[in-house]
Amino acid sequence: MKQLSPAARARYFRRQLVDRVMSGLCMLAAVIGLILLGLILWMLFSNGIGGLSLSVFTNSMAQPGAGGGLANAIVGSLIQVGLGAMIGAPLGMMVGIYLSEVGKESRFASVVRFVNDILLSAPSVLIGLFVYQIAVAPMGGFSGLAGALSLALIAMPIVARTTEDILRLVPQAYRDGAVALGSRENEVVRKVVVPAAFSGILTGVMLAVARIAGETAPLLFTSLGNTNWSTDLTQPMASLPIAIYRYAGSPYGEWVSLAWTGAMLITVGVLVLNILSRFSHAAVAGRMKG
Amino acid sequence: MLNLLAGRILGAIGVFAALLALAAGPAAAQNITGAGATFPAPIYSSWGEDYAKAGGARLNYQALGSGAGVTQIINRTVDFGASDSPVASERLQKEQLLQFPAIIGAVVIVVNVPGVDGTKIKLTGDVLGEIYVGRVRLWNDPKIVALNPHLKLPAIPISPAYRADSSGTTSIFTKYLSSVSPIFKERTGAGNAVAWRTGLGAPGNAGVAAAVKNIKGGIGYVEFAYAAENDMQALQLANGSGKFVSPSVPGFMEAAAQADWANAKNMAADMLNMPGEIAWPITSASYILVPRNPKDPAATQRVLRYIDWSFRNGSATADRLHYIMLPTAVQDVVRQQWTTLAANGRPLWPAN
Amino acid sequence: MTTPVAHRPLTAGRRLHIGDTAFRISLFAAGAVVIVVLLSILTIMFVGGKQAFDTFGLGFISGTEWNPVTQIYGALPAITGTLLTAVLALLIAWPIGFGIAFFLTETCPERLRGPLGVAVELLAAVPSIVYGMWGFFVLAPFMAEYVQPWLTATFLWIPPIPDTFYWFTAPPIGVGLITASLVLAIMILPFIAATTRDVLQSTPQLLKDGAYAMGATRWEALTGVVIPAVRGSLFGAVFLGLGRALGETMAVVFVIGNAIRMPDSLMAPSATIASVVANSFPEAEPGTLDLAVLLALGFILFVVSFGVLAIARVLLRQERMS
Repeated sequence: MKQLSPAARARYFRRQLVDRVMSGLCMLAAVIGLILLGLILWMLFSNGIGGLSLSVFTNSMAQPGAGGGLANAIVGSLIQVGLGAMIGAPLGMMVGIYLSEVGKESRFASVVRFVNDILLSAPSVLIGLFVYQIAVAPMGGFSGLAGALSLALIAMPIVARTTEDILRLVPQAYRDGAVALGSRENEVVRKVVVPAAFSGILTGVMLAVARIAGETAPLLFTSLGNTNWSTDLTQPMASLPIAIYRYAGSPYGEWVSLAWTGAMLITVGVLVLNILSRFSHAAVAGRMKG
Repeated sequence: MLNLLAGRILGAIGVFAALLALAAGPAAAQNITGAGATFPAPIYSSWGEDYAKAGGARLNYQALGSGAGVTQIINRTVDFGASDSPVASERLQKEQLLQFPAIIGAVVIVVNVPGVDGTKIKLTGDVLGEIYVGRVRLWNDPKIVALNPHLKLPAIPISPAYRADSSGTTSIFTKYLSSVSPIFKERTGAGNAVAWRTGLGAPGNAGVAAAVKNIKGGIGYVEFAYAAENDMQALQLANGSGKFVSPSVPGFMEAAAQADWANAKNMAADMLNMPGEIAWPITSASYILVPRNPKDPAATQRVLRYIDWSFRNGSATADRLHYIMLPTAVQDVVRQQWTTLAANGRPLWPAN
Repeated sequence: MTTPVAHRPLTAGRRLHIGDTAFRISLFAAGAVVIVVLLSILTIMFVGGKQAFDTFGLGFISGTEWNPVTQIYGALPAITGTLLTAVLALLIAWPIGFGIAFFLTETCPERLRGPLGVAVELLAAVPSIVYGMWGFFVLAPFMAEYVQPWLTATFLWIPPIPDTFYWFTAPPIGVGLITASLVLAIMILPFIAATTRDVLQSTPQLLKDGAYAMGATRWEALTGVVIPAVRGSLFGAVFLGLGRALGETMAVVFVIGNAIRMPDSLMAPSATIASVVANSFPEAEPGTLDLAVLLALGFILFVVSFGVLAIARVLLRQERMS
């Protein structure tokens, strides 16, 4: 340091200062992100915890003062999300397997991959409009089935993407070994590659479930919502996000409070699913790399 | 593994389907299905719950919106349709529908003017219309001051709030403004959703209410139920007699009683801006539509029984939810209309 | 992301087995479904909205009047609101997202990286209707009370465009363009942060080591070496965030103010395509112009998002391949 001219020394300190300040600002950005998450969770709990009781889970939506709950909305959400995942996840897995194991860098596979990435981020409100046009309008009414279909279309690209990503982490040696033992292509994929990555694939499904569980906009146009207990897939079906939307805008304090409780429940559920899937994803990816 | 997974999934679907079949089984038999307006949805559903408890049929009411309610009953996919605005005579004729009012609702104006008790503020429909087209922009506008000489109105901008979602409430409110304010009629007009010239939209009653609460100088329209349930400051409006009235249940009843039910075509009596001592000017009925030539006469009879039961036993629930019952004289007119319904040469009402 | 090395096809040198053929066909069909879905969405929206395009022609896009009463529909206010909120959201979210990414890849203590990364990504998992409720009940009153008066006072010097646009001069009503942009910014922040982090992490360590060997600070290594190397991908992350912001619905419905007219300031209530569709849909009867204009709006939104997302993917993939 002694040899540095004063000008060089000043430049050195200035450079260090810039580095510190910019690093500090970046840390501040991370802190801002955390604070925002905290603020939102705090609002949910402070407004939602008061309405939490057993009747929320056991009673259907009812008139104000009748001790109604959200049971029909919770079950409706489970049915639609479950069915949506059952349709969307296998399709998505197949797309992912195709991209990773068969199509690879072929022209068609590149197009599929590109289009899948677009669908992944396509506005969900448009998926709702689309399903309204192809299912609700021709069938003559809103239905739980249409709701499940719209959720399936949202889940599919997510599962496809995560499946491809995780399959690509399976070491090539697995495939080579299976081929060397005389396995056919479909056997290699079915019996070696997919099982090796299966927990990773399920993680992707979990992420997709977490994403579609909180979707409101597509359900507005497809399953509509229902204030009664109904598990008939051909009829309008209740769901938590729609119940929250309708109750949050209602005149009755009891309903508004239920809306907050519902919002808290769904957020907690979605966050837990996300955290679980991230842990298992890290475990799977770690195992394959290591 | 994939096969295994596929097997599991298929198994799960099977169990699922079985569960669904079980759950869906005992429903269909004694049901009433209805669809339409969102504004009366809470009262129809609540009456339905009470009626089922009293041994009547179960009601499944879907709040699709008035327009969809009319479409559904025209297609005969539901037992009754519900609409906040009366359907035109020619259309009723063409589609073979009977229309009758079932419940009365009112729209009130809530305000947030710092330093002023909102319930003391007096407005005429004309000035309210000018506010909602952006002609009157400040709370101390001479037109407002002239109506409220005793209030200290601040020089802050008026922020009108409206329903962002298309709704029957907006329809009633804009119909009222169009009938009392020529400039509003010319520049905005009436409908479930209109092109607002000023202000901001918020979703639902709660959205409008919160907007008014949060914004200094805010003004908005909400269903009476909302204002009553949340203790909001509702201002006074001039009614058909030029009297300034605060919204009140007796005031809504008087407006309903003043309406000319006897001569109203298809019972679409106009209740807006009625004269009277306390009659509230923004009062309106919500309508039910049933087929004149029902494919399933028993279903239509179930609808009539449900409404009849609710007319006789539903006033406590209506009070609690802040809806207004039809005056008994009007209920009788409605029942009279039902006697014109017939299937296979047999009248559907009185239902035995 | 590891790319498998180029490899001899598994079946080379063998006759294609029937099981393999069926396997390939079924997977190929699944891939085709993806493309079919995209094309169907485009077609259905266009066909459904055709009545609107036929009625108004290009005026549907350039028209500034949206009037259900007179049945005159012009989409420009909704398009303007959509683009303005999305771009503003990006301007707010990008610096923060980039900062988070830099912090997570460079300066954050190793142990905190995982949990912090997850926490930021959890922001992306919160359902959008919850953002809407938060924006409306918490953020909007705060904006009206503190932020908007401050903005008005601070930016008074920007010359207004008389009778057209007054920047930050407007009554502080809480909801509106700027509040919607803020909520959107929070919602796209985790996407930008995560994508940018992945991009930064993908830079070869050798590049950075070279810069450090020259005596560069971390910030200088970033701006001088890393950023030039991955510029395309960084823009890709930006476009990805933009694509998200364009189509967000439920959060925006609560805070945009839902006024379908041309905004006269950055704080004015406005509307986006998605919010208009969600609000107007319930009363739009099948077969009417009311429904056709909503589908036409959907078509426009889809085309715009498609373009933005396509740019994002092309930019991101370039780096992935090289």
